[in-house]
Amino acid sequence: MTVPSVAGKREEEIANPLFEYLLRLGDDRLVLGHRMSEWCGHGPILEEDIAMANIALDLVGQGSSLLQLAGVTEGAGRDEDALAYFRGEPEFRNAQLVELPKGDFAFTMVRQFLFDAYSVLQLDALQKSTFAQLAGLASKALKEDSYHLRHSSDWVLRLGDGTEESHARAQTALDELWRFTGELFESDAVDEAVRDKGIVVDQAAIQSRWQQVVADVTRRATLTLPTAGAAATGGRRGRHTEFLGHMLAEMQIVARSHPGAKW
Amino acid sequence: MEPLPTPPIPADDPALVAAFEARIAAGESIEPKDWMPERYRRQLTRMMSQHAHSEIVGMLPEGNWITRAPSLRRKMCLIAKVQDEAGHGLYIYCGTETLGVDRHDLVQQLLDGTAKYSSIFNYPTLTWADIGCIGWLVDGAAIVNQTVLAKASYGPYARAMVRICKEENFHKRQGYEIVATLASGTPAQKAMVQDALNRWWWPSLMMFGPSDKESPNSAELLKWRVKRKTNDELRQRFVNLTVPQAQAVGLSFPDPDLRYDAASEDWKFGAIDWDEFFAVIKGNGPCNHERLAARRKAHDDGLWVREAAMAYAAKHTARNTEAA
Amino acid sequence: MADTQLPLWEVFTQAGHGAPHEHAGSVHAADAEQAMQNARDVYARRGEAVSLWVVPSSAIIASAPGDAGPFFDPGNDKAYRHPQFYKVPRGVKVF
Repeated sequence: MTVPSVAGKREEEIANPLFEYLLRLGDDRLVLGHRMSEWCGHGPILEEDIAMANIALDLVGQGSSLLQLAGVTEGAGRDEDALAYFRGEPEFRNAQLVELPKGDFAFTMVRQFLFDAYSVLQLDALQKSTFAQLAGLASKALKEDSYHLRHSSDWVLRLGDGTEESHARAQTALDELWRFTGELFESDAVDEAVRDKGIVVDQAAIQSRWQQVVADVTRRATLTLPTAGAAATGGRRGRHTEFLGHMLAEMQIVARSHPGAKW
Repeated sequence: MEPLPTPPIPADDPALVAAFEARIAAGESIEPKDWMPERYRRQLTRMMSQHAHSEIVGMLPEGNWITRAPSLRRKMCLIAKVQDEAGHGLYIYCGTETLGVDRHDLVQQLLDGTAKYSSIFNYPTLTWADIGCIGWLVDGAAIVNQTVLAKASYGPYARAMVRICKEENFHKRQGYEIVATLASGTPAQKAMVQDALNRWWWPSLMMFGPSDKESPNSAELLKWRVKRKTNDELRQRFVNLTVPQAQAVGLSFPDPDLRYDAASEDWKFGAIDWDEFFAVIKGNGPCNHERLAARRKAHDDGLWVREAAMAYAAKHTARNTEAA
Repeated sequence: MADTQLPLWEVFTQAGHGAPHEHAGSVHAADAEQAMQNARDVYARRGEAVSLWVVPSSAIIASAPGDAGPFFDPGNDKAYRHPQFYKVPRGVKVF
């Protein structure tokens, strides 16, 4: 009698690396934009409500454009809304850093800074890619994210070198966020595969420059860089924190309650 | 909470008042450093700050649906709309500050319950369709009010209103587009938007305020060209604009008395429940507590951030001075 | 430290190259860099400006309305300040 096999593959083979890659880019920005949008109407001062809405809008817009391009690349008829509202957590490809709840204003700004510092370096490489549509999106996004970096690094300075309370909150945020930063610089078979499409992002080189920028801003902010511990990982393969499920449940509820409807 | 009694206003020199009223009658703009009756200054401060508070509180019922917007385009449009409302509040607060009051004090008045804001924002947004109705009806009503304010006698207010009117039209069109899409959608979507209209219609009519016979400030504000039309005139204009828009998408109104009167070319409507309006104004509407609680929390949670910004600026000015 | 809504700044925007900077309104900010960013987000996020100036409101010195007569009126009765006063012989190009 033969026993039916239950053994499977350790990891799924990736059918369409370019699609996967675009999901990573798009999901990072959609999820981060969604988290930033949670501040609307609750910011510490009116001008900051406007500033944070601006960042949220830019990021959701970038996410939308990237997911639209991903859908076209996949070629299965899924547009950006189908991808945003009808995938479950295991299919999302964002880094865990961006899905964490917004926390207090220090947590939001430190997280934004850590992401922005990475994003501008990544987008600068992407705008040189020979994949024209992506290069175009990256170039526009780079302008927006450069502005975001100016804003977020400014706040890291103000909070770190502000009052005792703001310093403590900024340091706590940095300490909590640090283990999620490593994932931004991972490189795997997908990154390798998209080189053939002219998408070349040297993650190691970017990490090195990112470390310099972050070290410089945190020093000027009188903050202490945490020591590297075990890095969180898994987001690029659909393994997320418990937070993403709650976020998507909220984000997707109306769309999923009326499948096929137009909005 | 009862408002603090306002100190008596000193009597103004009649010659100055006459000159001032002649300027207004001639259609001149009054600017911050111009002489103005103390009562004009106070009425404008009250009117403008109430308007600004309304924009800020108005961010909350709509902000409630940002995280659940059912498409990326709707999500972006809604974030942009709420951002615009913050901007409108900001323009008007800045205009109010030209009358000699600090925004900190205005914010305190809102948070301690002494200042009023538009009653409409004390209603809950219960479905996505409510977002469409707010853009269509509430922004629609605001536009009817605001277009006339763009010619208000006080310069900073009029200029803020010109900026606001430019941005407001996009809000109303967005709202109506949502309503039209839902009304021609699935049966569930159509039921959702009809239900939302049923809940938002009467509160929208109440936005224009009670009949001018009951409104103590109206006559003076009309004379000073801060108010240009009566509440009833504006309300009727709004109804006349809006009824055909609903008909065009197959929606009905929760008003058995609504009928077209050919003689006046007006859509006549039923009696408004002013008891509800006054209850909401007094603080007993469905969401008054939640709206103020949310604003208080944002303000209180933001204290350490504002302090940090000031502390950092002080340190760096000091450093720059030392280095110089 | 008493809570504030941060100091007030006046914002001037230039709509296009060659145009003058015009007063757009105000923003609150703790310092110049923050005022500049806030001004951009509030008054220039729709691409309405190519250049921004921010000035602490306290730095603005304004004329008083009472000055209007002595300060501004005398110019109107002196024709020689206006180009139309000067006649040029027919056929001569000025510029």
